[in-house]
Amino acid sequence: MKQADFLHTVLPFKDKLYRLAKRLLVSNEEAEDATQEVLMKLWSKKSKIEAYNNVEAFAMTMTKNYCLDKLKSKQAGNLKLVHSNYKDENTSLQKEVELRDSVSFVHEIMEELPEQQKIIIQLRDVEQYDYDEIAKVVDMNPTAIRVALSRARKYIRQELIKKHNYGVS
Amino acid sequence: MELANIENLLEKYFEATTTVQEEQELQAYFSQDNVAPHLQEYQPMFQLFTNLKAEKSTRNVPLQPRRKNYLKWISVAAVFVLTTGLFINEWNKQRQAEEAFEDFKTTMSLVSQSFNSGASHINYLTQFEETTNKIFKIENN
Repeated sequence: MKQADFLHTVLPFKDKLYRLAKRLLVSNEEAEDATQEVLMKLWSKKSKIEAYNNVEAFAMTMTKNYCLDKLKSKQAGNLKLVHSNYKDENTSLQKEVELRDSVSFVHEIMEELPEQQKIIIQLRDVEQYDYDEIAKVVDMNPTAIRVALSRARKYIRQELIKKHNYGVS
Repeated sequence: MELANIENLLEKYFEATTTVQEEQELQAYFSQDNVAPHLQEYQPMFQLFTNLKAEKSTRNVPLQPRRKNYLKWISVAAVFVLTTGLFINEWNKQRQAEEAFEDFKTTMSLVSQSFNSGASHINYLTQFEETTNKIFKIENN
């Protein structure tokens, strides 16, 4: 497999790898590192790539495992992920600011989710994978994925409603 | 899109029984401006998903670790050739020395053989000398 062919198969889902890594590792830099690492690993295994019928799912699984390993080692070393990608808040129309505020609030809620649910939400609600594809990445059966997904979505809703009612009641 | 339908889909959405297509409909509904007031609290959730999907990796991946690999194997091969070469050289030298020693031994044994045969001829000489001595003894007496 030539470099051009490799890039041709890999580039369509490179951003998906990056987004999954970013969801788990939070920091932009860490996510870029993870994406690069996974793509390098894929490149070194490029002779076997043709044998996998779904390279994307395989790469996503690699990314997931890499990030979880990374998180585990960070925890073991008692280090916290450092990120510098804070958004600068421009003052704009009141409603827009409010919406943006609550969007970042949802983001915070999402970060509280356990890793498995985070991955599933990312794959389903952001990347719009179907259950079979998610099953390949997280190695769970579709029913269990459905349950976890429902739980995660309900958790976000519950937290949102809590916040929504905060000033009211 | 009717409101009742959206509410229905939303209900299914939280039970995770919606299809990807239905979820796309929901996303489309919440990304437009006139969302029903009682559903507005869900808007940031779908807004977030849309935002997250827009994130893109900006770093290019360098893909030339192949050459390094070659260099490594070439150096390993070179070391191997060098050591076997030295070993064979050393072994050759030893074999040559052994051959020379064998040659030397055969020539030396040849020399000693002819020497011995020469020495056996000397025995006759001593015989001759004895007899002359006898003669000389007589004359001296």
